[in-house]
Amino acid sequence: MQEQLTKILQEAKEQLNKALTPGDAEEVRIRLLGKKGSLTEILRSMGTLGPEERKTLGLTANAVRSEIEGLLESKFSQLKELQKEMKFKAERIDVTEPGKQIPPGSKHPITVTIDEISRVFMSMGYSIAEGPEVETVFFNFDALNAAPNHPSRDMTDTFYISDAVLLRTQTSPVQARTLLAQNPPIQVISPGRCFRCDSPDATHSPMFHQVEGLLVDEGISMADLKGTLDSFAKQLFGSNAKTKFRPHFFPFTEPSAEMDVSCFKCGGAGCRVCKGSGWIEILGCGMVHPNVLAVGGVDTEKYTGFAFGMGVERIAMLKYGVDDIRLFYENDMRFIAQFK
Amino acid sequence: MLVFMEWLKEYTQIKTDMDHYAERMIMSGSNIETVARFGDGIENVVVGKILTMDRHPDADKLFVCLVDVGATDPVQIVTGAPNVFAGAFVPVILPDGVLPNGTVIRKGAIRGVESYGMLCSAKELGYEDKVIPVSHKDGIWILGDEHQPGADFVTALGLSGEVVDFEITPNRPDCLSMIGMARETAATFGGKIKYPDTICTRESGIASDHINVTIQKPELCNRYTARIVEDIKIGPSPWWLQKRLMYAGMRPINNIVDVTNYVMLEYGQPIHAFDIRDIRGQKIEVDTAAEGETFTTLDGQERRLSEGMLLIKDGEGAIAIAGVMGGRNSEIKEDTKTIVIESANFDCDNIRLTSKKLGLRTEASSRFEKGVDAGLTVIAADRVCYLIESIGAGKVIGGSVDVHPVTDRPGTIFVRIARINLLLGVTLEKDVIATMFDGLEIPWTWENDGFVVTPPPFRRDLKAEIDVIEEVARLYGYDRLPVTLPKGNCEARKTDKQVLRDLTKATLVGMGASEVQTYSFVSPKGLDQIGVAEGAKERLTVKLLNPLGEENSIMRTTLLPNLLEVLGRNFSRNIPSVKAFEMGNTFLNIDTEEGLPTENESLCIASYGPGEDFFTLKGLLCQALSKLGIRDPEFVPVQETKTYHPGRCANILYQGRNVGMIGEFHPDVLERYGIAARGCGCECDFNALTELADTKRYYTPLPRYPSTARDIALLVDDAVQVADIEALIRKHGTELLEEVVLFDVYRGKQVPEGKKSVAFTLTYRAKDRTLTDQEVVEVHEEVLSSLREELNAVLREL
Repeated sequence: MQEQLTKILQEAKEQLNKALTPGDAEEVRIRLLGKKGSLTEILRSMGTLGPEERKTLGLTANAVRSEIEGLLESKFSQLKELQKEMKFKAERIDVTEPGKQIPPGSKHPITVTIDEISRVFMSMGYSIAEGPEVETVFFNFDALNAAPNHPSRDMTDTFYISDAVLLRTQTSPVQARTLLAQNPPIQVISPGRCFRCDSPDATHSPMFHQVEGLLVDEGISMADLKGTLDSFAKQLFGSNAKTKFRPHFFPFTEPSAEMDVSCFKCGGAGCRVCKGSGWIEILGCGMVHPNVLAVGGVDTEKYTGFAFGMGVERIAMLKYGVDDIRLFYENDMRFIAQFK
Repeated sequence: MLVFMEWLKEYTQIKTDMDHYAERMIMSGSNIETVARFGDGIENVVVGKILTMDRHPDADKLFVCLVDVGATDPVQIVTGAPNVFAGAFVPVILPDGVLPNGTVIRKGAIRGVESYGMLCSAKELGYEDKVIPVSHKDGIWILGDEHQPGADFVTALGLSGEVVDFEITPNRPDCLSMIGMARETAATFGGKIKYPDTICTRESGIASDHINVTIQKPELCNRYTARIVEDIKIGPSPWWLQKRLMYAGMRPINNIVDVTNYVMLEYGQPIHAFDIRDIRGQKIEVDTAAEGETFTTLDGQERRLSEGMLLIKDGEGAIAIAGVMGGRNSEIKEDTKTIVIESANFDCDNIRLTSKKLGLRTEASSRFEKGVDAGLTVIAADRVCYLIESIGAGKVIGGSVDVHPVTDRPGTIFVRIARINLLLGVTLEKDVIATMFDGLEIPWTWENDGFVVTPPPFRRDLKAEIDVIEEVARLYGYDRLPVTLPKGNCEARKTDKQVLRDLTKATLVGMGASEVQTYSFVSPKGLDQIGVAEGAKERLTVKLLNPLGEENSIMRTTLLPNLLEVLGRNFSRNIPSVKAFEMGNTFLNIDTEEGLPTENESLCIASYGPGEDFFTLKGLLCQALSKLGIRDPEFVPVQETKTYHPGRCANILYQGRNVGMIGEFHPDVLERYGIAARGCGCECDFNALTELADTKRYYTPLPRYPSTARDIALLVDDAVQVADIEALIRKHGTELLEEVVLFDVYRGKQVPEGKKSVAFTLTYRAKDRTLTDQEVVEVHEEVLSSLREELNAVLREL
């Protein structure tokens, strides 16, 4: 029997060496250790032996069994590894083939730009106010301190529906409406469509978008205006952006300013985008004119405020390098798709 | 406003270089468009004197000149210009000389005759057509004979210099003058203004003996000052005067006209000169025109006047359109001997309207319409007389006829120093501010912690405290103001509608649709093109009074025509597939309380291309709606439509409200927009969707017991709607039926004509137990029998 055991062990080693798949190894296991396996048979037949012999033989038999089990285990894991390797080899793909597309659409670049501007101002506590696109002359001009004979009121500049109703030429009427509807503190921006009698060409569009902003509170100064818009410019154009405020004139603000931003293309050295000046005009702003606050029923002694307004198309054109404003309203899908 | 720096320096000192000057002026409020340099880029151009001039032997239109250019021998130059003559002084570019546009002139032969250079026109020397003096505007520049042949042309004429183009804002008409810009310069850099001389030394006689002035419409003419100059000798102006006009963008004409223009540029006061011979009855009346009256202006145009236009009349009729343009009948002529100088102040609105109605905008009208200081008439008239006398062009009659029915009384403005500091965020001392007022020629006194300032008459824009604070701000310098952030007393909010709009756009974009933006004003034809019925609400359009054109003449009542245009444009550009949406306002001619049209936000989606059919669009829309909490809206077929395919169109209902329409576009509509493919679209009332939306979410416990699924395929009549089958299944499925999902609709082989096979998966589940087979069978059988009985549905083998 001793010999038989040695032979079984020998046999196990040889057969396992030949095994190529886990199935081969399993067959070996069944042949030796299965219910009818040769080693199992031996172990089962040991009951017929005398106690002394059973003890010695038992020791050997168990040693053989655990050795075989060890061999089987390592063979199994070796073969599994091998099998995985083969599987990996067989299933290799060309990772340079294109990915499967689930193409998203894109928002219109004007929306993208408005969203970006809104995000910046919302982070500073501004809510979003909206107003009608067809406006009254009162809100579009009178309430905003525009002189009764101001040329912008002419039919050559403004689209009219009737003597008293027009297509708003700016989003500023939303300021006037907000002032009437709300008590300070007020902090809103109003993005939206505006209309002026310009025939479309590369730089003009009879319809365009503005974002207007208004802050009214106690103790607001022009220094606050500068700080707010400087922070806006840095958030929109990068932290290196510098701002410059030049005096200007608008009927609804005083003092009024135009804000230039250091050219984000050349950083201020002078290039084609900034026409060599290093600066790009971005927006108009100023301290809200007391006449405008008064129309809105605001106590002009107690409260002061500032307002600003910017052309969205202009900012989008500068940011994206678009050289013809008409592209925004042609809606060629190849154009829109570039703003994904 | 073009400012020739050499001229400006006559009134104020400028001790800084051009770059610094420009920078500081911009920062104090005088924005600069451009700075042009003249006299640069001209090389080897000298003054030449034409000695002889002969016809070219081989060319009819050419001349051969011998020109003294200061060298030992004269040079021979061939020219084609007819306006030169022997004895004329002209600019000559010598061989290898350079013109401002970079052209290099070489010596050469013209038709066999050697030419050592070229005689130059003002245009060739870099001047715009509109500023070239009348005397040589179509030929070679004829110079005065005070020059030395051979002298460097640029130096001899003093051409070098800078011209700054200032952008003048509408509140500062006083800056449309050299003195105005000198004041701004002095206020910016410090220093005093040297005002021009105006006192004539050799006056005699009395103006009122020559002319009588009446103002019939005092509300339209504040003041009228007339002076008389006799012994007029019309001729060219001296070069210094011509040069200043040219650099200011005006054409020199003759000494009298030039002086009036010069004074207008200097003071901002438009001046007109009449030939006294043409003033019938020696009287001037300022009065309005009668409707339909005609009048020929200086430029030879006959103009039809309308009532209310202010005129200058003599004893018999009009001699000028006040503040706009003089008349041909009274203009200065070669033989004019005595002139009346008009220096008047007219109502800005009247001039603006007249100028607009006539389509005639002049240097004078553009100044009057912005407002001119009424105090200027006398001093400007005096200045004209002084200049005429000093250039020897006439003899000034003493005194003036000065009629001034309306006088402006300057008010005072109280400006609190605390208010200045609060508004600007600074702490300026009284003295600093006072110095600024002094620089601006604003008289002030100090009272109760504030300044009492008296705005000077030329500063009509200073009306209230805030106007004066702005002066302080700009002179102190916006760049010197501190930079602070306001204390945040507000929290940022979006309205529900804004949030839902963002959500809708994000959902649609995420599913592959792209946003477009189209004009709010559209062509009325669009409504016909999409087949909107007469009397439909979309026909209640809002019309523009002054559209750019028919195609932009009404406000849109639906976005569909715009979206179809987008589809058509992309189709024509061979874009294979489009899935586009727009969210924007429509406008119905139904007045709101404020008297405005009714604005309503609309969501419109349109598509064409492979795979873009009704159900793709419906799926897209339903996903977007479900994001808004609008789940399982009802789709009710619509057959009465010319916009959509009558068999592929539905109203969209939710909670009983009609919120929109969806369909495959009618082939006629597609054809009208040039789309040779099937296309689909839908338009929803986004205001209604906003009201119906519910974005709140509640958690439903996850199921703890298993479900049982049953697939069924039913053979039904083609006309039976899936929605009806589903509704019936749900009705009989009891609370155990968790879900019904359609997974197949089939027509064709094995399905009889007029029938279709529809297949659903029904999922049954109980919340509190595992269902037994028996329970499921009972319910399921009930469902099947109801289908059989009510819809005549036959169960098919799967």
